Amino acid sequence: MNSELIVFLVLSLVAIATALGMLFSKNAVYSALFLVLNFVTVAVFYLLLGAPFLAMSQITVYAGAIMVLFLFVIMLLGAENLKPSNALPWQKPLAILLSVILGVEATYLLLARARSSLSVTSPDAALNTMDSLRNMAETLFSQFLLPFEITSILLLVAMVGAVVLTRAEKGAAK
Amino acid sequence: MVPVDYYIILSAILFTIGALGVLSRRNPLIIFMSIELMLNAANLAFVAFARVYETFSGQIFVFFVIAVAAAEVAVGLALIVEIFKSKKNINIDEMNSLKG
Repeated sequence: MNSELIVFLVLSLVAIATALGMLFSKNAVYSALFLVLNFVTVAVFYLLLGAPFLAMSQITVYAGAIMVLFLFVIMLLGAENLKPSNALPWQKPLAILLSVILGVEATYLLLARARSSLSVTSPDAALNTMDSLRNMAETLFSQFLLPFEITSILLLVAMVGAVVLTRAEKGAAK
Repeated sequence: MVPVDYYIILSAILFTIGALGVLSRRNPLIIFMSIELMLNAANLAFVAFARVYETFSGQIFVFFVIAVAAAEVAVGLALIVEIFKSKKNINIDEMNSLKG
């Protein structure tokens, strides 16, 4: 048991517990806050895996921007507690059964593909924060330049789409 | 040294919890959050494999996934707000017509 493994095990417990808390909370605000904690845990996993830039993007974009947007909409719509409807009574057991099948299959297939003695080494001196950032930026702006530019168009389209969707109809604003 | 298998198992567990949320919850906002959880689980697997194979492509893919998720959430939440405005209700069982 080295220290990295202990950190991993404790954090994975936190991640699974917060994911389950998100799933089983009655109040949507609690779900959102559990999910924020889950995202922060995943950000720490990124740090463990030697990806500090992604860890920081995860915290600013996911835990910051996206979840604040979620909380805004939950409170705007008053959707904290929707009354449960029983349109499909057999749905929940079926969902649990299918999810268990999915989890077992996904784990098995991924492990069957990944089965090897591969192990994640701890970030060493050759891969410190600055070098990692510089290498990632070089890859991003050389090999992946076109996808990067297309992402900017995608974000522009999403922004315009959100504005158009929530704009009041002309003449129906009153 | 953490075996990469552990990261993959954790990723699969988180993905399954997200899928269970999409299948079983009736609040569209919670369904959205579950989708975010599934994206995160996939990202975790990407970063773990990128670390194992000593390449940056996996990390850059995660970067793009985060950008796409942000765009998706902006449009999706705008849609939910719009549905709420027209139906006064966002129970997903009542979204059974394509008439706006």
